[in-house]
Amino acid sequence: MKNHFLQAETALSHFSVSIADIQQVLQMALSEGGDYADLFFEDSLSNSLQLSDGHVNSVSSGMDFGVGVRVLSGDRTGYAYVENTHLKDLLRAAKTAAAIAMQDRFTAPMGLDWKAMPRQYYQSLRAWDSVRVEARMPYLQRLNDRVHALDERVSKVVVGLSDGNSRILFANSEGQVSADERPMVSLSVRCILEANGQFEHGRASRSYRMGYEFLTDELLDVLAKEAVLEASTLFEAVKPKGGEMPVVFGSGGSGIFLHEAIGHAFEADFNRKGTSIFSDRLHQKICPSFVNVVDDGTVMSNRGAVSMDDEGVPGQKTYLVREGVLTSYLHDRISARHYGVDPTGNGRRASFRNIPMPRMRATYMEAGQTTEQDLIASVKNGVYVHSFTNGQVQIGAGDFTFYVKLGYRIENGQFKEPIRDINIIGNGPAALADVLAVGSNFELDNGTWTCGKEGQSCPVTCGMPSALVKTLIVGGE
Amino acid sequence: MITQAHKDTAQWVLKRAKFLGCQASRVMVYAGSDTELEVRGEHLDTLQQATEQQLLFHLFVDGRYGSFSTNRMDRVSLEPFLQNAVASVRHLEEDRARHLPDPSLYAASNLPDLELTDPDYEALTMQERLSFAQAAASEVYGTDARVLSVQANWNDGISSRFLIDSQGFEGLSSVSFHALSVAVTVKGEGDARPEDYDFDQALYRMDVRKEGIGKKALERALAKIGQRKMASGRFPILVDNRVAAQLFSPILSALFGSALHQNNSFLRDSLHTSVFSEKLTVRDVPHTPRCFGSRFFDLEGVATQARFVVDKGVLSTYFIDTYASEKLEMPVSISSPSRLVFEPGSQSFEALLSSLSHGIWVTGFNGGNTNSTSGDFSYGIEGFRIEQGKVVQAISEMNITGNMRSLWKNLVALGNDPRQNSAYQLPSLLFDDVVCSGL
Repeated sequence: MKNHFLQAETALSHFSVSIADIQQVLQMALSEGGDYADLFFEDSLSNSLQLSDGHVNSVSSGMDFGVGVRVLSGDRTGYAYVENTHLKDLLRAAKTAAAIAMQDRFTAPMGLDWKAMPRQYYQSLRAWDSVRVEARMPYLQRLNDRVHALDERVSKVVVGLSDGNSRILFANSEGQVSADERPMVSLSVRCILEANGQFEHGRASRSYRMGYEFLTDELLDVLAKEAVLEASTLFEAVKPKGGEMPVVFGSGGSGIFLHEAIGHAFEADFNRKGTSIFSDRLHQKICPSFVNVVDDGTVMSNRGAVSMDDEGVPGQKTYLVREGVLTSYLHDRISARHYGVDPTGNGRRASFRNIPMPRMRATYMEAGQTTEQDLIASVKNGVYVHSFTNGQVQIGAGDFTFYVKLGYRIENGQFKEPIRDINIIGNGPAALADVLAVGSNFELDNGTWTCGKEGQSCPVTCGMPSALVKTLIVGGE
Repeated sequence: MITQAHKDTAQWVLKRAKFLGCQASRVMVYAGSDTELEVRGEHLDTLQQATEQQLLFHLFVDGRYGSFSTNRMDRVSLEPFLQNAVASVRHLEEDRARHLPDPSLYAASNLPDLELTDPDYEALTMQERLSFAQAAASEVYGTDARVLSVQANWNDGISSRFLIDSQGFEGLSSVSFHALSVAVTVKGEGDARPEDYDFDQALYRMDVRKEGIGKKALERALAKIGQRKMASGRFPILVDNRVAAQLFSPILSALFGSALHQNNSFLRDSLHTSVFSEKLTVRDVPHTPRCFGSRFFDLEGVATQARFVVDKGVLSTYFIDTYASEKLEMPVSISSPSRLVFEPGSQSFEALLSSLSHGIWVTGFNGGNTNSTSGDFSYGIEGFRIEQGKVVQAISEMNITGNMRSLWKNLVALGNDPRQNSAYQLPSLLFDDVVCSGL
C-alpha cells in the first residue's frame, strides 16, 4: 500500500511550504555562523475514548501543529519553534535559534533533495482519522463486559482507547528533505476487584503503531484475562522478606531491567558529557558472552519503531552489547559527530517543541540457551518477577530500580506464594556482569511503555527472555 | 500573554458551540513564553526560546461530554475541529453527572491582584540570564579536580490563562517563574560518577537565590563518594525537605474524587477519621500573594478557599469537583489543592538529625511506587547512615517498604524548615520504624 504523504509534493503542500521557503529558513538559521540546522514540521491528531461505570461516556481529541528550528554550532544547540508555517514566523524562529552560534563565518545550506526512507516499519491499514467514534465504542464496551464476566468480584472497570497519527516533514542544511507518517494506538483496561473489604486492581494494555485493524476480539480476550488475573492474584500475594537475593526475570516486560540498568546509561549524550557510569567502557567486555542486547527501531508496527528518527536518520537495529562486549552507544547527530560515528537513528523528541536527544526504541535481550524451568530450579531462595509498573536509574552511580507489581517467591527451586508491590534495586554494571543464565523463551512486551527523560516522554517497548541475575536488592518487610 | 484576539477566539468558540447544539461549554485559552539556557562548564551549551498558545474546550451536549484541545486558533482550522468534536460527543452514551458547576460556587469577579507576575519580567535580557547560569557554574568549575561535569540551567517564563463558560463565568490569571539549578557529576570510586544538584525558583527574579547553588550541588555530589549498601532493619528515617513531597504525593492522589469514585483510593471512607499522626496538620492556603500555587479559582471556575486538608491527623477534605460530587453524592470542595502549608514542628533539621541514634537521612529517592488501591509502597532511597546523631556513611541500594497508612501514623516529628519555594511547602519529616531492606 502506498502512503501518499511520504511523497514530496504531498508532504510539502500539507504544511503549505515550498522547497524555496525551507531553503530560505535554513539560510537564516545558519546566518550567525552555525554549522548545521534542521527543521521539524509536525501535525499530530490524537483521540481518546473512555469507558467508566459501564458506559463509553467521555471523548477527547487534540490537534498539535508546529515547526521546531534547531541550529548546531559544535556541541552547542539553539532552538525555537512556532505554531504555524507562515514564512515570516519561521524566519523569526530561525533567527532566534541562530543566535547560539555567535561565529564570524557562514556556511551556506546545501541544495535540498527529497530523500525517501529505505523502509517503512509501520502503516495504518485503516487510518484513525477515517474511523468514527461509533466504530470504536463497541470494543470498549465488549472489553468491559468480558472483564465483568470473568470474575464476580469485579466492582469497577475503566477502559481507555488512545489513538492518533503524526505527520512529520524534516529538512536539514545538509540538503535532506524527508517525511514520515506515524500512527499510534493503545488500548488499556483497569479493573478493581472487591472481596471482604479488600480492594485490588489489575491492569493490562497493548500498544502498536497501527490503525483501526489493531482492534480485534482476540485482543479484548487477552487484555480482560490479564487484568483480572493480576487483580485476583494480588488477593493472595504478600510482601517477601527483603534483602539481597537471586532474581529470576520472567520473559517480556522484564526488559524494563535492560531499559534502566543499561539502556539509559548507553545514551550517548550522558557519555559525551562524561556523566554515565559506562562513559569509559566502550569496546570493553562488560558481561558474559551469552548476553546480547539490542535497541531496535525496525520491529514492524512496534510502539518503539522509527522508520525515520526525528533527525531524518533511517530506523535501524543497534547492538548495545554483542557477546558481552559494549559495542555501541545510542546516538543522535550531536553525539555521533562527537564520537566520529554514524548516528544510530536514536535522535527522538517528544514534539516539535523539544530538542531531539538520544532515546531508546525497542530495547531487548536476545534469546539464550536455558529453559525457564532450569533457571527457577537453580534458585534456593529468591524471587521471580514478571509484572512491573515503572523504573528509574541514576546514570552516574549506575543504580537502577524497577517496581514489581507481581511475582513469586522461589524456595528450593519451586514457586511459593505470589509477591507484590516491591521495589528492586541493583547497580547497572554489576547486575549485567552478574547475569548467570539467559532463557530460550524470548518475548517482546507490547504494553504501553513510555520513557521519560528531561521532561520529554517517548513511546518505547522492551523485551527479554527469562534470565537469572545472581543478586539484587529486593524490597520487602 | 492573553491578547484581545485570544479572548475573541474563546468567545467565538463558546458561541459556535451553542449554535452547533451544545447546551453548555467551557473554554480556556493559555498563552505563554519560555526561555531556557544551559551552561556546561564555562560555556553556553543550549538556548531555547518559545512562545506558545493552547485552546481547550469542554462540551456538554444532551448529557454527553467531551474535552478538546488545539494550538491552531485560526477559524479555518477551528471550525471543522469544533464540528467534529460536537459530532463525536453526540455519539457517546449519556452521563447526567457531567455538567458545569453550580454558579453559586464560582469565584467572584473584581478580585485583588495575587501579584504572581514579576512586574520586571520583560526587562530581563539574554545577557543577564547567561550571567546567572555562568556565575552558578563558576562556583564549581575548576574548583575541584574530582569534578567531571557541571551543568547550570536558567529557566524563566510567563503565562496567562483565560477561562470562560456558557453560564457567564469569566476569569483571567497570570503567573511568571524564574529558576536556577546546577547539577554536578564527580569522580567516585571505581567507575561510579556520583551526581547531585541544587536549585531555587521563585515567581519574581529578585527572589531567586543566585549564590551558593553551585557550591551546594558540589558539596552534595562529593558527599556521595564511597556510597555503600547497608544492612536491613527497621529504623527511623529523616526525609530531607527537598524530597519529602515524594512520600506525600500518594496521599494527595488518594484524595481525588476520581480515585475515590473508582474504588482506587487507599483513603476511601476515611473522611473525618484519624488516619495520620497527630503531628500532621496541612492546610490549603490559596490566597497568599506572591507565592507558588496561589489562585482564586480552579479549572472549573470554582472559588478556592482556605481549608484544612489534614487537621492533627484527621483527614479533613477530599478534592471533589462537579463530576465527582454527583457520582459520590458529596458536596463540591475544589478539584485540586492550590498551595499546601504544613504546620512546622519545633525542631530544626539539625536537631532532628542529632536525635537519631541509628537511622537514615534520606536525601533522594530512586524509583519505587505506591499501589493506589491498597496503599502498599516500596521506594528506593539514598542518603546517609546516622549513628548517635552523626552522619557516618553515604548509602545506596536501599529500599523502604510498607503501607502509606501505617507510615504516616508513624510520623513522629516535622522540622521547622518548610520549603518556601514551592506550592507544596513540606518540611523535613521524621518517620519511625520504617522497614529498610539492603544487605
